[in-house]
Order: sequence, then C-alpha cells, then structure tokens
Amino acid sequence: MASRLTTSNRAGWGFAIPGFALIAIFIVLPFFFAFGLSLTDQRLVSPNPTRYVGLDNYRELLDVTVITLEPQRDEAGELIRDEDGNLEYPKVRDITRSDDYPQYSGMREWFRWQSGQNAKVVIASDVVFMKALVNTLVFVMVVAPVQAGLALVLALLINQRIRGINIFRTIYFMPVVVSIVVVSLLWRFIYSGNDGLLNNLLDALTFGAWQPIDWLGNPSTALGSIMAMSIWQAVGFHMVIWLSGLQTISPTLYEAATIEGASGWQTFRYVTWPGLRNTAVLILIVITMQAFAVFAQINVMTSGGPLDSTQTLVFQAVVRGYGKQDISGGATISVILFLLVLSISLLQRWLTRDRR
Amino acid sequence: MRKLALLAGTIFIGLAHGASAETALKMWYHGAGNEVESKLINQIVADFNASQDDWSVSLESFPQGAYNDSVVAAALAGNLPDILDVDGPVMPNWAWAGYLQPLPIDESVIADFLPGPKGYWDGKLYSVGLWDAAVALVTRKSILEKYGIRTPTLDKPWTGAEFNEILAKLKASGDFEYPLDLGMAWTGEWYPYAFSPLLQSFGGDIVDRDTYASADGKLNGDAALAFGEWWQSLFKDGMTPGTSQDPADRDNGFNEGKYAIAWNGNWAATGMLKVYGDDLLFLPAPDFGSGPKIGAASWQFGVSSASKHPDGAAAFIEFALQDKYLAAFSDGIGLIPATPTAAAMTENYKEGGPLAVFFDLSKAQAVLRPVTPGYVVQAKVFEKAMADIANGADVADTLDAAVDEIDSDIEKNQGYGHQS
Repeated sequence: MASRLTTSNRAGWGFAIPGFALIAIFIVLPFFFAFGLSLTDQRLVSPNPTRYVGLDNYRELLDVTVITLEPQRDEAGELIRDEDGNLEYPKVRDITRSDDYPQYSGMREWFRWQSGQNAKVVIASDVVFMKALVNTLVFVMVVAPVQAGLALVLALLINQRIRGINIFRTIYFMPVVVSIVVVSLLWRFIYSGNDGLLNNLLDALTFGAWQPIDWLGNPSTALGSIMAMSIWQAVGFHMVIWLSGLQTISPTLYEAATIEGASGWQTFRYVTWPGLRNTAVLILIVITMQAFAVFAQINVMTSGGPLDSTQTLVFQAVVRGYGKQDISGGATISVILFLLVLSISLLQRWLTRDRR
Repeated sequence: MRKLALLAGTIFIGLAHGASAETALKMWYHGAGNEVESKLINQIVADFNASQDDWSVSLESFPQGAYNDSVVAAALAGNLPDILDVDGPVMPNWAWAGYLQPLPIDESVIADFLPGPKGYWDGKLYSVGLWDAAVALVTRKSILEKYGIRTPTLDKPWTGAEFNEILAKLKASGDFEYPLDLGMAWTGEWYPYAFSPLLQSFGGDIVDRDTYASADGKLNGDAALAFGEWWQSLFKDGMTPGTSQDPADRDNGFNEGKYAIAWNGNWAATGMLKVYGDDLLFLPAPDFGSGPKIGAASWQFGVSSASKHPDGAAAFIEFALQDKYLAAFSDGIGLIPATPTAAAMTENYKEGGPLAVFFDLSKAQAVLRPVTPGYVVQAKVFEKAMADIANGADVADTLDAAVDEIDSDIEKNQGYGHQS
C-alpha cells in the first residue's frame, strides 16, 4: 500500500524522527515500564527481590463493596435512637476489623446513604484513592467547560481593532508565563484565612459584614479555591488558541452577515461558532488532559488536605511512589489515570466527530 | 550493571588522583545553602586532610530538600560516595537497603555520647552524630506568675490533667490568640518527631517496638485512642492553631505574644532568647501517664556500602567526633553537643548556659523514633493521621486506617528484615 507517507518522503521522516524518538524514549517507554511495574511489588528502596504479584495492586486500589447495616435494637426489639431521634447503627470498624468478616478486612467507610431503616455503607480498600479519583473528575468537569468558555469570552473581547488592545492581550496572557509553583505560592497568601487579600476584599465590599473564611483550610472550600486559581492561571493560554481560530474566519463572512442584517448573537451562532469547530475540539481535549494531570497546585497549596478534600490522582501517585517508597503503587495509579484519560479523550473525539 | 558503574567510578577516581600517595575519599553532606554550617564542615575536612597523609576527603554539599533523593538516586546508579550523612530515623532504611555498612570505629570513643546521636540498627553501629536536637515547652516566667501556674521540673513535670487545666485557664484569660502553639505549619518530619513522643507519653506508639511487625494495638489501642481524642480536643476547643497555620506565625507568633506556650526545638531557642532574655523558660514535656517524652536523633555520619576504604572513612568520622568540633557546631548553629565535655565548652550549653536545660532534657526524656527501615513510610502515615484528626476526622477510624496502611506496608516489605 503506497501512500504519501511512505513514498518519496525522506525529508518528512527526517524531520519527524527526532520528535518520535524523544516521545518514544520519554513517554512511550516509561509507560510500558509503569505498566510492568504495576504488576510487581517493586519498591523504591529495598534489598528484597521484586516479585510478580499479578493484579494485586489494582485490586488494592479499586476494591469497593456495599454493606448493609441494620439499626441497633435493644433487648425488647425496639429501635435505639440517640438524643436527636436518629437511628443508631453498629460501627463499621467492628465489621471491617472483625475476624467474622475476613473479606472486609482492611476496608474503610467511603460514604453511606439511607435506605429505609437500613444504612447502606460503601466501603473501599483504599478510600484515599477513591477520594482522589472523585476529586480529579470533579476538577476536570468544572475546569474544562469553565476555562474553555471563559477563554472564548476573553478571545472575543480582545479580537477587536481598538487602540491598546495588545495591553489587554498581554495582561490576560501573563499568568501563563509565570510558573504554576509561583502562582500557587502567591495564591496561598491571597486565600489566607487570617488576613488574606480575598478575605480583606470581601470584607471591604460588604462593609465589614463578611466573616473571614480559611479558604484552603476548610474541606468544603479548598477544592473550589484551587479550581478557581487553576482556571485563572491557564485561561490566557486557551484564549490565544481561540484567538487564532477566530482569525482564520474569513472577514467576508462577517460582511455578508452584516448585509443580511444579522444580529450580534446570530453572527456568533451561525458564523463564528461553526468556524471555531475544530479549535473547540482541540481546546476541550487539551484542557481535559491538563486538568487530569493537576499536581503542582495541590503540592504547594494543600498537600491533599484538609481531610483529603484536595487529593488528586497524580498527587497520590507521587506521594506513594516517592514519599512512601511504593513505586508499584504509584505506577498502578499512573496506569489507571492513563486509561481514564485515554477513554475520555476517545469519547470526546467520537462525540465531536464530523457528522456528514 | 552496578558493578560496572562502580568499576568505572573507581577507575575515574584512580585516574584523577593517581599521582598522589593519598587515597581520595568522597563525602556528601546535606547542609548546602547554610553558610555557617558549610564553613564548619569545611573546616573539619581541611583539618583532617592536613592532619595525616593517608586520606584526602573531598566534600560535596547538597541542599537538604534534595539530599535524600540524591542519595537514593546515586545508590540506584551505583555512585555512592564513601562518607554519607544521614538523618537518624532514616538510617535503618538505608542500612537495610544496603546503602550503608557498619561503622568500624572503636565504640569507646562514643561512650560518653547522648543516646540520640548513636545510630544502631540490627545490633550494629552504623552512624554517629556530632549533635542532637531536643524539644521543650517554651513559655515565659511572667506568664506563669501572672496566672499562678506551677513551674514544672524534670522530676515533677506537669501531668496531662494539669496541662489541660493550664491551657483552659490561659484560653479563658483571653490574653492570647491561642494558649498553645504546636507548630502545625511545619509539615513533614516535624509531625512524627514532635508529636509521636506525646503519643508515647499516653502509652501508645507508632509501631510495636517488640516485633516491628505491626502497629495494631499500639497506634489504635486504648492509649492511642485516648491520645487521639485529646489531640482532637486541642483543635476543637481552640487551644492551638490548626493545619492551616501561617508558617510566619509559627516562626514569630510566640515572640509576638500571640501564643502563651510553644512546643518548639532548641534550634529556635536563640531567636526567642533575643526577644525575651531571662524571662524565657524551657520546660519538660508533660507526663500523660507513661512518663514525659521527647524525640531524639538528628543528622549523623556513616560509611556507604560502596566505599572501598571504610577504614579511611571511619578515621575521618572519628576525627570529626572531637569535642572541639562538637562545640563548634553547637556554637555555630545552636545544636546540642553530643558529649558533656563538649557541652561545657559551648556558649549555650555549659553549666548555667541559657540552653543547658536542653542537654538535660535530651538526656532524661529522649526517645528514638522507631528504629526500623519502615519508619520512613510510618512517619508519612502518622503525619497524615495527625493532620486528619486535627481537622476533625473520626479518631478511631483514622487510627485504624493508619494501622492498616502501616501493617500492609510491613507485609509488602517482608517484615523489613526484623527477626521475629
């Protein structure tokens, strides 16, 4: 099968090979290493020989079961209630640490819900990993659309011929140039619970009615705070990509729309948006992949706390692999993350395919 | 492969120094970036090289944050130097992994040493330190007098109940932002170093030290649960700032009068003395039932397994253990000298010196962190459990989870080489 790729294309291959080789050595090869390591009990520091353990590492991370707890009754068979009138249930600890239920040993409560009088408790063998997985997914689901949307708005705003527009372009793009570690350190001060900039600002805006919040120290605000900062930090980069997409749309289309008497919204809906189609696909996939890899912000700002509210997959992979010397555990998380990102990217590709 | 790299390294060293009769020894140190410390260690190396003709030590310094990673990377690549310095609690991990070899020095040299600076693993001496570090409750005489609080002594420290009453009294006075500062802003090794002795004082521990095979019953037994509840109450009742404490407040809060009592190390003492002078008090840890305890062991010197000349490396270490160097380090960076004779030579630790109390604390209360290769992992697990409990997690569940993680790690490492 002769195609343009294989015939008379020496120069093309010549240019491509250095790139291919680097990707192969630093991305493809390590991935296969990681996959191999995830099937062993390899440690970072250990005199013990490495053993093949099959899928044990995956089982330890992914094992999840639901157990049903019946409310406790006293000797007369009456339901026991505490002062607030809530039903009392046996402690999960008494089940997972009991010799009667060896299948649940080492597992811990992840979350529970009420089903009639019984409580359904989801127990997982690695609750921290599960929380990291959920946090990462939430992070992606919020950051991807918000960051892409905000970047598009900014791109539309600065895609105008006004004097001094380059100043705005520079300002919006500036955070991208600064290292994420520096940005995270600065935002730690902004979010500080005592006299951080954000609390002071809100205090001034509400004329002193604002109760200061410890943004990074509170489990319910920590992840949201990191998301907001991450969106702000990288929005300029995607703005530039949107901008390049906007500038490929032929001005004659806009002229025709004006002559036809289209409103601003109609112009955007029927001229601009269809012209940005390929850019949109690219941006969505790039943001999704970047968001899945969130690490530096977590490492600098919260270290996964408080109460695991900001644990993420990459952070856990590093904590385990290097901090806890469990290279195989870290490799396993990396492989799971890879499969996750791959399947989501394929899904996005399929959803945004050309329907012709 | 490792052998080949080793061979290559030897050839390289051989070529570089083939001409002189001295045998070159390489040494790594963690203190890059600290000018005073670098000067001190360079002085020892220069003195040693001048004192004899057999060995010539060359020093390479690393920033502390990157030091352990560099050693692990060098070990994997087979490039370890002859002399290493190693943090006391990490030493068993490196000895077990085969990075270090037993230290061939005459043990009579270290007979007078504090227990902290002596690094034993598996019955053999692997490392010796020139200094130790200690932690104390730091407060002011004027505060104790104002609120009518008894000054505790080494023989009669505060009991747990007494300590809680004192905190409540100080809290009720409203004069301080927090009555106690535990230093939650110092994440990392500070947590196990400073807080596990409190757990031990309750009667628990990070791991069962008889077998080192499990943490079950130690880290989640009744004593540990009591400790966990007490620990959580400190934060719930607003006795001490939590995990989101500003690091600047940790460094200056006590000096600015925000906190009445600080749980802090001797390295911070000189700064506090400058502010409060004679008013400053260093008090022993409270006794929660099993005696007052504080952590021990700091950085120490050892000989790497890759060294072809352990006798030369040991000669250097023995040379460095002279009292005058112990005293110099103490005067330079405020550490506790390892021997009483060296202590007598220092500004701060001589009899009646402002920090002499730390020497006594170290001698009387110091407990080593668990001496096991698994400590490196256990410290991380303990740190997370302390942070989670402080943030309001269920005490029993959190400690159970920590026990499970420690036990599964010990199992994965086939017992870390402890004979059971």
